[in-house]
Amino acid sequence: MNITPELDARFRAAALAEGLVDVRYDVTESPVGDLFIASTPRGLCRISYTVEGQDEEIAKVFGVRVLRMPLDEVRRELDEYFEGRRHDFDLPIDLRVAPFHEAVLHELARVPYGHTDTYGSLAAKVGHPKAARAVGTVMNRNPIPIVLPCHRIIGANGSLTGYGGGLPAKQHLLELEGAILPS
Amino acid sequence: MMTVVTIPPFERFYGDHSGEVLGYLRRLLGQRAEDAWQETFLRALRAYDRLEHGRHLRAWVFTIATRVAMDEFRTADRTTAVENLDGDPVELRQPAFRELEHLTGDLPPTERAAVVLRYGYDLPYAEIGAALGSSEEAARAAASSGVRRLRRTLEHHA
Repeated sequence: MNITPELDARFRAAALAEGLVDVRYDVTESPVGDLFIASTPRGLCRISYTVEGQDEEIAKVFGVRVLRMPLDEVRRELDEYFEGRRHDFDLPIDLRVAPFHEAVLHELARVPYGHTDTYGSLAAKVGHPKAARAVGTVMNRNPIPIVLPCHRIIGANGSLTGYGGGLPAKQHLLELEGAILPS
Repeated sequence: MMTVVTIPPFERFYGDHSGEVLGYLRRLLGQRAEDAWQETFLRALRAYDRLEHGRHLRAWVFTIATRVAMDEFRTADRTTAVENLDGDPVELRQPAFRELEHLTGDLPPTERAAVVLRYGYDLPYAEIGAALGSSEEAARAAASSGVRRLRRTLEHHA
């Protein structure tokens, strides 16, 4: 028997109102492909270029009471960013990572729109100037790309090196921000 | 070797079972099914993060739905289930159940739930017993008593 949209919406609203939802997620379209987005009551906790299986990944970290629901605020800020109208995100963030990752991601968040920095420089800023590779790992596992702008971190020789969403996505974001010239 | 069955994200559990649970509650409660359905999934969600594994989730949600329906019967019309626990178990084939299904609304609540869970949803008696808060034997007896009652009704109508 099919659940009517009204009944479904009523249940989801009641679940949310009662504080029973550990994490909500949705899938949103963007110029760099479909994005999986997720929020806890504390804030945005995940953006992923991989949609398949992400619900299970977030359940492991944030709890199994996972529901798919529209995340209007996240979607609105992302839309504005992709339209070039937003340079900084105002969304609260729920970051649950190891201390070193947290320190690096904090520094990453300070790299301004339209600028790039290098892995080595970011490593130096957290007091580990030789930890460029470790910083690369942190970028690779960044749970909230785009908002935490790991696309702004490039190699010391100016090469884009790598990106979780693929190099074309990294290129797109840096061109959008005017950090590099369109190829 | 121990097999760990991980608990799926609630959205998947909900997607897998919300439709058939609504169907089940409609059979038991008719028009009152929607509130009971919402209550069932809210209760499931309240308990979901305390589950220890992901086995038997279907039986688990049917148990909750049955309890919600029983609460609803108690508060709504205060009918007492007529317990008729003697006699031989009567088994029923699925096609036969379809012919009788429309008559289940006249059964006492416990028998109705037992009959619908056994023949409509193919749940084993052990799980029906758990759902009804009774033993496997009592569940079997309630189902066969319900089936006999249905047969009598059918003969009466014929």
